Amino acid sequence: MEFGFTTAAYVVAAVLFILSLGGLSGQESAKRAVWYGIVGMALAVAATLYGPGEGLWWLSIVLIAGGGVLGWIVAQRVQMTEMPQLVAAMHSLVGLAAVFIGYNTHIELAAVQGMDEAARAAAAGFAQTLVHKLEDPQSGALISILRVETFLGVFIGAVTFTGSVIAFGKLAGKVDGKAKKLPGGHLLNAAAAIISVVLLVVYLQSGSSLALIGMTLAALFIGYHLIMGIGGADMPVVVSMLNSYSGWAAAAIGFSLSNDLLIVVGALVGSSGAILSYIMCKAMNRSFISVILGGFGGTTGPAMEVTGEQIAIDAEGVAAALNDADSIIIIPGYGMAVAQAQQSVSELTRKLRAKGKNVRFAIHPVAGRLPGHMNVLLAEAKVPYDIVLEMDEINEDFPETDVAIVIGSNDIVNPAAQEDPNSPIAGMPVLECWKAKQVFVSKRGQGTGYSGIENPLFYKENTRMFYGDAKKSLDALLPMIE
Amino acid sequence: MKIGALTEVFPGENRVAMTPDSAAQLAKLGHSSCIQSGAGAKAGFSDATYAAAGVEVLPDAAAVIAAADVIVKVRGPDAAELATLQDGQTLISFFWPAQNPELLEAAAKKNLTIVAMDMVPRISRAQKMDALSSMANIAGYRAVIEAGNNFGRFFTGQVTAAGKVPPAKVLIVGAGVAGLAAIGTSVSLGAIVHAFDVRPEVAEQIESMGANFVFLEFEQTQDGAATGGYAAPSSPEFREKQLAKFRELAPEMDIVITTALIPGRPAPKLWTEDMVKMMKPGSVIVDLAAERGGNCDLTVPDQKIVTDNGVTIIGYTDFPSRMATQASTLYSTNIRHMLSDLTPKKDGVIAHNMEDDVIRGATAAHMGAVTYPPPPPKIAAIAAAKPKEKAKELTPEERRAKEVAEFKAQTRNQVGLLAIGGGLMLLAGLYAPASFMSHFIVFVLAVFVGFQVIWNVSHSLHTPLMAVTNAISSIIILGALMQIGSGSFLVIILAALSVFMAGINIFGGFMVTRRMLAMFQKS
Repeated sequence: MEFGFTTAAYVVAAVLFILSLGGLSGQESAKRAVWYGIVGMALAVAATLYGPGEGLWWLSIVLIAGGGVLGWIVAQRVQMTEMPQLVAAMHSLVGLAAVFIGYNTHIELAAVQGMDEAARAAAAGFAQTLVHKLEDPQSGALISILRVETFLGVFIGAVTFTGSVIAFGKLAGKVDGKAKKLPGGHLLNAAAAIISVVLLVVYLQSGSSLALIGMTLAALFIGYHLIMGIGGADMPVVVSMLNSYSGWAAAAIGFSLSNDLLIVVGALVGSSGAILSYIMCKAMNRSFISVILGGFGGTTGPAMEVTGEQIAIDAEGVAAALNDADSIIIIPGYGMAVAQAQQSVSELTRKLRAKGKNVRFAIHPVAGRLPGHMNVLLAEAKVPYDIVLEMDEINEDFPETDVAIVIGSNDIVNPAAQEDPNSPIAGMPVLECWKAKQVFVSKRGQGTGYSGIENPLFYKENTRMFYGDAKKSLDALLPMIE
Repeated sequence: MKIGALTEVFPGENRVAMTPDSAAQLAKLGHSSCIQSGAGAKAGFSDATYAAAGVEVLPDAAAVIAAADVIVKVRGPDAAELATLQDGQTLISFFWPAQNPELLEAAAKKNLTIVAMDMVPRISRAQKMDALSSMANIAGYRAVIEAGNNFGRFFTGQVTAAGKVPPAKVLIVGAGVAGLAAIGTSVSLGAIVHAFDVRPEVAEQIESMGANFVFLEFEQTQDGAATGGYAAPSSPEFREKQLAKFRELAPEMDIVITTALIPGRPAPKLWTEDMVKMMKPGSVIVDLAAERGGNCDLTVPDQKIVTDNGVTIIGYTDFPSRMATQASTLYSTNIRHMLSDLTPKKDGVIAHNMEDDVIRGATAAHMGAVTYPPPPPKIAAIAAAKPKEKAKELTPEERRAKEVAEFKAQTRNQVGLLAIGGGLMLLAGLYAPASFMSHFIVFVLAVFVGFQVIWNVSHSLHTPLMAVTNAISSIIILGALMQIGSGSFLVIILAALSVFMAGINIFGGFMVTRRMLAMFQKS
């Protein structure tokens, strides 16, 4: 059975998906781009239901609708600060689905191989595709390739699944955010990977279910252990990496099902995640490998001594400085998200701007726990996006700035990255807020950041520490801005 | 302690060292204050306003000197005035110890403590008491106003029904505090402003104020930061270049404001007679360096002259005093800051801490000894400018050669990658069945398209991008849909679960993206 219509619909859907991703280059076109994606997805599902997926289509529709309602509700309720968790949780679903579909292929293949001629002739749907492969003159090679594809799909899917579950746990605070490794460290991962390769060979030879199950367990372990070993500050990379994995899993499944649309979309998602990971790593001046292998590595000497003391300031002092200032740059970080302070920040911005002050936001590429996390939070709080600037756009403006306010960020404003060659974050591009005439740091206490590195910024002569929960501090500050 | 302010005796001096506001602030430090009757009159502060602020108004200077422990003034004392001060008293005022050694000697003999406001070191911490800067700021502003007063045209260009008015062209020589203030004022009046300074590092400041930096092609540059932010004398070659540039500019300029000073030396002659002759009639020169001999050859200190070719040259030396209210407010605040540093505990007791860089620097005489000149401050005034690495100017041939080389390298890279990629594809094609290869081509192309498209996604949209890619990665639902019609029960269950999960993802992913994008808005 050929489905010319389905193929045509797939082509249109693929184009729509590409347009959808391309449209994200600007805020305005992005709003249209989402619709491209939605239409593309609807088209793809409808075409599949009409064509190769016609069996039990009523069940499919009921399940899609059920899942859709659930997804809809979750999407409506989720707080913007919880976005990283949500994205991680959704990746885990894709990973698990990939595992299931891979198993299905395996089961079907075994079933079809066991069929007699008559049953093969009667086979419909997916089984029929497999029958075609078996009856192909090159069937040996085709079956081998199919097995490799299935195997890969299951492997990547399983890694994505446990990895995303752990990432979700860490981001939601349900699992300790610190980097943790079982004794044996990366040797365990390597061992699991080698086991998987051995099992691949076994599976290729025999098609044994046990090999597939064994590999799945190994892959689940790798996903778990890999992400457990990565600290919270590296989460932007982890999330985009898992995003990439979920795409590659879809592509591998697409190969095994001979479905071009799956391949195209999987590849798009996979490359998108890979590029995002690359951008994040570049922003931290670290190699992808060192992030994945977890922890900060390679310090070459003792850290520079930090001299001076942290000087605290109260809301009145900050308010006075803000009332006098003409230009203000706000640097939000994960702490703002934790304290849910974005509304207060927005209110502060509105008040200051109403007085004719130049208020801008400086966003470090890895601020928060998700690429672009801060932009979304500020947008939610109705901060106009044209005053929210990237690091490269605004870093040179700090010397002409009267007041820089750091709200819940630490490592991304750490001058040690530039001043101390022995610092673990040496060479990482940072926001040079200490060049502003005055810096206020809103921070809960005197602790260090996620990376555990002492921040000399807090000891600088022009820095004042504004201790307390970011939201409470800002709310105390608001009435004093006149 | 009691702080007393005297009436200025210098002819034409309108400023006063204490205002009702500053007296109120001094009270917070625990000091009481008194003032000579009529001292603030010319600056617009009546005796009544002082009295209302809690300042004791005393009839004459003698009474103030008798009552006060610390005397504040604007101008430094002359010998006669110094003699009237009580032994052991503290005097805070401008003093110019380098120019007045005899006076300083006399003060030390009388056991006076002299805090010279002109000696406050130029470090960040001391900016609040830097009276030279606050006075220079006023001088710069006033210079533009005086120039405008003597200039027959608008500053700003206008096109009116009665004809077109060209904008005035202003040249500011020397971009110190006064120069920058003059730049700011003339820019805001609408003039086209050019500014020159021998310190190339101030180009940025000049441009930040909205003026054009007059660029001088010259190799040897000096680091003005090493001399405490002032310009150092320049080499004769440099001077020649500079004058040549000014000669080039002179015929075009309507207003020239010179502010060039070198510490401890007469003002450099930068605007020569021939330049004045080149200028258009009606042009105005304001020489802020008049007190130190003037930057212009023809300047007559304290006077306004008009040359034979109709150029007005203003050589006033009392610009701050011409804006006595503003100058007094700022100066008295500088004094107040100095006193607050001298009263660290805010208990009205002056602790003259000679260990403090700022206090030590400003103190010219103390405990019967001359303490001028002070040792260099412990903190460098301004960080020495890092030598800028100059990008080597490439000749057109070199540039072309470089471009060609870059293009070649790029081509080599791309061709190399294509060859390797193509080779691998061919190799795969030799062994893999055709049906696999057709999917493989699709895969490679999709990866390629993905890379091309994603690089353009703006940084702020990375979270929506993740949400969208997450939503569309649930395309995996197609696989489940294809399998759900299977005969095996287990397959149906697994496929059904996958469909359900992917369903969550599709709707959840797109909904969340839409929510996020709807929030992005322009101001």
